[in-house]
Amino acid sequence: MTELLVGTKKGLFVLQGNAGSPYEIAARAFAGEAVEYAMRDSRTGRYLASVTSWHYGPKVWYADDPGGEWQQAEGLELPEDSGQSVVRLWVIAAGEEDGLVYCGGDPGMLFESRDGGATWTLNRGLWDHPTRPDWTPGAGGLCLHTIIPWPGDPQRLLVAISAVGVWLSDDGGESWRYSNTGIVPEYMPEDARDAPYGHCVHGLRRSAARPERLFMQFHGGVYRSDDAGATWIDVGDGTDLPSDFGFPVVVDPADPDSAYVIPLIGAEDRTTPGGTMQVWETRDAGASWRPRGDGLPASDAYLTILREAFDSAGEGDGLELYFGATSGDVFGSGDAGATWRTVAEHLPPVYSVRTA
Amino acid sequence: MAHVRLRAPLKELAGGSDLEVDGGTVLQVLEALERAHPAMSGWVLDEQRRIRVHVNVYVNGQPAEEGDGVGPADRVHVLPSITGGER
Repeated sequence: MTELLVGTKKGLFVLQGNAGSPYEIAARAFAGEAVEYAMRDSRTGRYLASVTSWHYGPKVWYADDPGGEWQQAEGLELPEDSGQSVVRLWVIAAGEEDGLVYCGGDPGMLFESRDGGATWTLNRGLWDHPTRPDWTPGAGGLCLHTIIPWPGDPQRLLVAISAVGVWLSDDGGESWRYSNTGIVPEYMPEDARDAPYGHCVHGLRRSAARPERLFMQFHGGVYRSDDAGATWIDVGDGTDLPSDFGFPVVVDPADPDSAYVIPLIGAEDRTTPGGTMQVWETRDAGASWRPRGDGLPASDAYLTILREAFDSAGEGDGLELYFGATSGDVFGSGDAGATWRTVAEHLPPVYSVRTA
Repeated sequence: MAHVRLRAPLKELAGGSDLEVDGGTVLQVLEALERAHPAMSGWVLDEQRRIRVHVNVYVNGQPAEEGDGVGPADRVHVLPSITGGER
């Protein structure tokens, strides 16, 4: 059985089922509140969710049973002398030490927890970075939305901020350096495109089989890095991809040459091209891409799939893929994208999907 | 002491909907509420000690801000704003 944690505009939905079969709603939490993101820490079984109350602000909650009682985490605050407040908490990620968990959000901040998510402290290395006054937000705010540890090494960490770019740390987050070499921000004037930061990264995933390899969905372009994010090469340009715009990217843990993206018509529209819902796959590291849409809406489907709303479970031929749309539909595949079926429908707008 | 009235979910966090709270200003009353009921921290005031944008505070039926005065017999209501179709 696969468990899906679906964050929506109006609550968290816990879906359970088997790939290729209908899923049931096993639990709902935070009714009426925007659940930006929810994940299950596989090391402890603890569930964590970032929830933005329209009235009472952003918070992180944790529970052992998502259908039971949730506890509010403490410490997700900015220093009083900063003059700023937490706007939104975008993502939560497990670290590479026992109890270590990260949370990223707006305005461009990273929090760390050493007790599995109950209490948090601000990462001052990134918060105090001298370039911060020059950072500019994307349409979704100055959001730190991606946190990717290096397997087995808590000193090495990658984060991404829109619209600032990729940041790397080799000392557990004490210091940070930007790493956007090769990414071309075509939304900038031509004579400003070589700026070291100002890059609107949308989605990033690391290959489990080859950790130095990453795939990125950029604001315009799909990129790959083979050197742990030090440099980036465009692997979308000149291929059959119908658009260079989109948000999430997913990889097959067993195949470092694999990646899946969901192209959307560019920045102004942000819906599926031609009203056709397709996931696009590469199995040759981005040299070529092909659509995988058997079972997905083939016409009159103008969907938007957001950054965190695509995830996977398993690997290889049995790779399970799941994504949700702001239409409230969730789709799944149990055969690496060859065939798809509707997992849930009529949910509130989907913000995030994670396999538990 | 001012008489403070809360609605859900704040009244659950404070353990009641009607409370007597010390404070000469709206901010002082809200901070005293937080001290007495730590579970409320971060819900009405953000980390800059500002009333959250979508929370409304009234003193004796009049909209009030952080620095407005509160007398011993005043009634302070803390209410979620009307969302006007946004949600």
